[in-house]
Amino acid sequence: MRLVMGNEAVALGALAAGCDFYAGYPITPASEILEGMAHLLPPRGGVFLQMEDELGALAAVVGAAWGGARAMTATAGPGFSLMQEHIGYAAITQTPCVVVDVQRGGPSTGLPTLPSQGDAMQARWGTHGDRPAIVLTAASVREAYDATIRAFALAEQYRQPVVLLLDAVVAHMREPVDLPPPPPPSRQRPRPSAEPPFGEHPFTPFGSGRAVVVTGLSHDDEGLPRTGSARASERMLRATEARMAADPALGGLTSYRLDGARLAVLSYGVTARVARAAIDALRGAGQAVGGLELTVLWPFPEQGVVDLAGQVDAILVPELNLGQMVLPVRAAVAGRCRVESLGRADGTLFQPDDLVAAVRAMPHDSPVGREARHA
Amino acid sequence: MPRIGEDLQRYLRTEMMPTVWCPGCGHGNIARAIAAALEHLAYDPERVVLVGGIGCSGRTPFYFRTNALHTTHGRALAFATGLKLARPDLKVVVVTGDGDALAIGGNHFIHAARRNLDVAVVLYNNSIYGMTGGQQAPTTPVGARSTTSLSGAIEPAFDAVELAMAAGASYVARTTTFDVQEMPLLIADAIEHPGFALVEVLTQCPTYYGRLNRLGEAPEMLLWERDQTEPAQAPITREEMAAGRPIGVFRREVRPEFTRSYAALCERLGAGADG
Ligand SMILES: Cc1ncc(C[n+]2csc(CCOP(=O)(O)OP(=O)(O)O)c2C)c(N)n1
Ligand code: SF4
Repeated sequence: MRLVMGNEAVALGALAAGCDFYAGYPITPASEILEGMAHLLPPRGGVFLQMEDELGALAAVVGAAWGGARAMTATAGPGFSLMQEHIGYAAITQTPCVVVDVQRGGPSTGLPTLPSQGDAMQARWGTHGDRPAIVLTAASVREAYDATIRAFALAEQYRQPVVLLLDAVVAHMREPVDLPPPPPPSRQRPRPSAEPPFGEHPFTPFGSGRAVVVTGLSHDDEGLPRTGSARASERMLRATEARMAADPALGGLTSYRLDGARLAVLSYGVTARVARAAIDALRGAGQAVGGLELTVLWPFPEQGVVDLAGQVDAILVPELNLGQMVLPVRAAVAGRCRVESLGRADGTLFQPDDLVAAVRAMPHDSPVGREARHA
Repeated sequence: MPRIGEDLQRYLRTEMMPTVWCPGCGHGNIARAIAAALEHLAYDPERVVLVGGIGCSGRTPFYFRTNALHTTHGRALAFATGLKLARPDLKVVVVTGDGDALAIGGNHFIHAARRNLDVAVVLYNNSIYGMTGGQQAPTTPVGARSTTSLSGAIEPAFDAVELAMAAGASYVARTTTFDVQEMPLLIADAIEHPGFALVEVLTQCPTYYGRLNRLGEAPEMLLWERDQTEPAQAPITREEMAAGRPIGVFRREVRPEFTRSYAALCERLGAGADG
């Protein structure tokens, strides 16, 4: 056991996942990932690159991925906004890569050192056009480590950019964890492939035995922008999204003391830690309250939320923004029970007491909820 | 020297032709010169990556049998930086327009030059934004007309050669689409150069620049290119640069190259030979 900072856990998780390329640009509260990778990668023969801006950082990551690297970048709100064009580029070119966004207060420079969950929607919808998004989050140092490893696996499985959303508190706090030492570097060289390079086929970077054409234009499975390729790209996007939706392993929900609960707190990231404390306090006071925590924000784990709505009278959704994930929650619940949003965007965390008070204020035998449930 | 351009089929993806370019556009001449340069160097197409930005120029990679990375507007050099560091064994050639490289991508251009990254950059300079319909570019000369400067541009233009030299490029050359013999040789030279190598090619956009500035069709524009440039012996001096628009090689130096410096750093820090 040793004390590890969240950002350090991300760097170590990346190495554990075989990451051998990092490009980034300094920004609080993500800079320790950049500095960690600058320190860790060169002695392993991996590439560390400090680019001139975040557009360039994600561009370099995508270029490196096409060179066969397991590549990632990390940033915070303003830089994440700059990366949006290339998140879309990675999506349509089916490029596996990992983007970590350590959320801080916004918009604009906002609250550079303070936590936020204000990028939940940006992570899903920030780029222009449609894409099948995978967005993970974490509430502790250990989870940050595991989620980073998972992000690489999912990026490869789905050939898509995967976003990991942290926040300034999880990124900067230190917790005692037991992490294995990083494995020795392994350089996988592209293997020859006879399959078309896009669509439902495996990722074949440059140097896989034949020339590959990569473009952000709509393209067919050969990568070429030709007649009918708009349909081919749409098909690829739909198929990827459908595979994600049908993948039980994607999961994304953890329940906390939900048995017998009539009220639920649905939370994610650092707010989930506060919710647990509030739930413990409420349970101690005899109230039937439980929690549901999102570990995958997108694709939104809808069914689990539908099931929750069938169990409880009301759901409280506290988040460090003015109400973002409450939107898909409301859409999933579809009137089956009451949904209350509790948002704050002033750079401070909720205190357990805030959530206790909010839960107590919820009408917990709401006729609205009952009617809807029996409808 | 063997004649250049005898067998371009090996490098050109002819099934993607005809190209998107307008009749008389100089971009096709440059693409041909790149193919001729690759043929001259006898590179295996599978070991070459053509990285393109966005613009009429950026479409070039589609017409090649090499690997192609058609990226986003202005960022080709940033993609190329990651790619080249991940795979120093691949030959990377960047094709970019004057708006692509010097406006939206200006920052990546100067930083790739500063790093002396081992890429060859062929900059298609037609003094205007072609793909979006003839707007002013950072290379549009003072007084020239575009759809966003119909009364004549008032902003001073960038000189890509001076910019690249100031930023630290170790190979810098300029040619024109009129100079069909020199163009492939300079491009081949740039591809072989171990470091950031810029070949600026002055090219004609008859559709917008030619029409808006009454320069005629492609043949007249080629002569106009000839008339506004002056072939000079390398290395071209500052006096020659100030006197007109010389073409030829401005700089050819061997300086520490980024991917090699990076490999040396890893080795110094103990990375294994197979790392
Ligand atoms: C981020 C972004 N901004 C703007 C555009 C629109 N756009 C496409 S090509 C282009 C200009 C191209 O001009 P240039 O680089 O000179 O190349 P040319 O077409 O003349 O070869 C612009 C502004 C874009 N595709 N992406
Ligand atoms: S618009 Fe100009 S640059 Fe573009 S293809 Fe036509 S002639 Fe060439």
